[in-house]
Amino acid sequence: MEILRYAIYRFGTMLMTLLVVSVLIFAIINLPPGDYLSNQIAELQATGQSAGVAKAEFLRKEYALDKPLWQQYMIWMGFMPGPHGFSGMVQGNFGWSFEFDSPVADIVGDSLWLTVLVNLAAVIFVYAVALPLGVLAAARARSWVDYTTAFVGYLGLATPNFLLALILFYYGHRWFDLPIGGLMAPEFEGAPMNWDKVKSILVHLIVPTFVIGTAGASAMMQRLRANMLDELGKPYVETAIAKGMAPSRMLTKYPLRVAFNPFVADIGNLLPSMISGSVLVSVVLGLQTIGPTLLTALKTQDMFLSGFVLMFVALLTLIGTMISDVLLVLLDPRIRYEGRDA
Amino acid sequence: MTNLPDGRYVDDEPFDPQASLLELERKDLDAPNWLLVWRKFKTHRLGLISGIFLLIAYGLIPFAGFIAPYGPNQRFSEQLYSPPQSIKLFHEDEFVGPFVYPMTSEANLETFQWEFKPDTSRPLKLKFFCEGSTYYLAGFIESNRHLFCASEEATIFILGSDRLGRDIFSRVSYGAQLSLTVGLIGITVSFVLGIFFGSVAGYFGGRVDWTVNRVIEILRSLPELPLWLALSAAVPSNWSPVAVFFIISIILGILDWPGLARSVRAKFLSLREEEYVRAAEMMGASSGRVIRKHLLPNFMSHLIASATLSIPAMILGETALSFLGLGLRAPAVSWGVMLNDAQNLTSVEIYPWLAIPMLPIVVVVLAFNFLGDGLRDSLDPYQQ
Repeated sequence: MEILRYAIYRFGTMLMTLLVVSVLIFAIINLPPGDYLSNQIAELQATGQSAGVAKAEFLRKEYALDKPLWQQYMIWMGFMPGPHGFSGMVQGNFGWSFEFDSPVADIVGDSLWLTVLVNLAAVIFVYAVALPLGVLAAARARSWVDYTTAFVGYLGLATPNFLLALILFYYGHRWFDLPIGGLMAPEFEGAPMNWDKVKSILVHLIVPTFVIGTAGASAMMQRLRANMLDELGKPYVETAIAKGMAPSRMLTKYPLRVAFNPFVADIGNLLPSMISGSVLVSVVLGLQTIGPTLLTALKTQDMFLSGFVLMFVALLTLIGTMISDVLLVLLDPRIRYEGRDA
Repeated sequence: MTNLPDGRYVDDEPFDPQASLLELERKDLDAPNWLLVWRKFKTHRLGLISGIFLLIAYGLIPFAGFIAPYGPNQRFSEQLYSPPQSIKLFHEDEFVGPFVYPMTSEANLETFQWEFKPDTSRPLKLKFFCEGSTYYLAGFIESNRHLFCASEEATIFILGSDRLGRDIFSRVSYGAQLSLTVGLIGITVSFVLGIFFGSVAGYFGGRVDWTVNRVIEILRSLPELPLWLALSAAVPSNWSPVAVFFIISIILGILDWPGLARSVRAKFLSLREEEYVRAAEMMGASSGRVIRKHLLPNFMSHLIASATLSIPAMILGETALSFLGLGLRAPAVSWGVMLNDAQNLTSVEIYPWLAIPMLPIVVVVLAFNFLGDGLRDSLDPYQQ
């Protein structure tokens, strides 16, 4: 049951990290001078609409924006009773979006699981592409396979994600008749889940997955290739060849298993950049993930909304990293349970 | 050289185990380290070419105004969305030297697009070292000489013109000033922070180490872009473009240092046990002196290589931020700001040349990657 204890320990550190992250995020969203409501009040006073001012003042009281910052933080998190008792993030109340004039939970709603879906698809894409290509590039080092994958990989790393998205979208539509924009056909939005909706989502996922995953896949592939090349030079590989093992069986049975560890551990490094990428790509392609929401929220200083989205993105990353750490321990008994050396 | 029957080549000279080896060793022992590194780096073709390319690119930055035929915000209201013009050499099979045909624009009322027709009867020669709009060479020398420009009756848009009729080529060369330096400033910030925190953590260990390590872990586990977005959304919109530029590059650097700090710390952990460190400490050197004089020079070169590898991320970061409208803003010109125009499918389909700033980005990012790889491979000259 060592593994269970490790998982619990890892979960505990994740919660601690999340706590620190929440402080950080709260500090960042409060960096710009003023807040949404005080800006609105100033604007309303400038135009002489007194009715709106009263409402904004009421909202300020309602959401404790008139309190000192540290109290605002505690109330936001739900560690301290606000105007309505304990009701914050911890209690599952994510606050109010001033820009859209409705609860944050209603606005993000569906887009949360779509965000998870897009990122999950990208992770699967990275593994599905990087694993065979990395092994192939190592096994056939200095052949055209190696050079082509390296070239495409470098291009993938160097092209700005958002442009790649635009271009692929355009040509994907033109040549393969892939749909443009969004994550599902418009008629399925808000419709209950059924087979056609799933199909529509899958088709819409192709380009975003490709765009988000390319950079990660090429980085992962290069690392796997380097690891494999290190292993391929070792005597046990020579022994296996001398025994007359079939090359493919030899590769998967010995060197791949050794080279596989960093491959799993890497997801922790990869995930933050992929989620970054997904936010950017979602904005460009108009996917209904939380990316576009985050951008509007940040631009309008809608602090509860942007705070929640940032927290969610951080949580997603932390959970992904945690899963990869636990997986790594499962895969490799040599790894100590006290946590990896950073 | 003798060709043996089984296809091998054998040198006819008698084998002298001492001579060549000694000679080589003597040469290498006498050579300073940088020479050895340089010798190895030279064999890395791609890295060498990239390095030279980057040197030229950075060297040309002060002369952006000279290379560009027009100013970055100079508008030609008659020439909106003009496609790239080609420079021709032969007019009716006769050599006239570099020239362009004057373009006339006409609105097509069916498609609502501007249509450009070259007037192929009048070749207008390009002028070199001609006078044009005023600019500041390297930021302070006032000048109005340009490398080339078209005659008064024609325009020269090598890469086309944009929505407001501004020359894209001129804007690309002005944009290089900000886009290329953003990475340098960012990396300086990240370098200073990374070395400071990494060396303190690695050298002192204990509680300091623990704290720094947790901070690094937390920062590394967060997705960068949303944080960049949040931080740059906090930049007041009434600041001058230059101030915004500096703040953006500092923001890019602030979130980049953990990676560097981690490798510095790892090195320090192993190096602080060396005898020469203990010797220095026993002679009464302060911690700061040991870190600066004895430990850091050991792997400064490695740090430079890894810094080279993280510049591209910053260039791409600036591009992404400006693209989303949260980074640099007009009238500042950077490649990201220019790509802001290429944000929708219309431009990809009808005005593909608006996306041209992508090319310099890709090339520069690739060059930094190759240069970094080359440096990293050649830093250890004794390794075969």
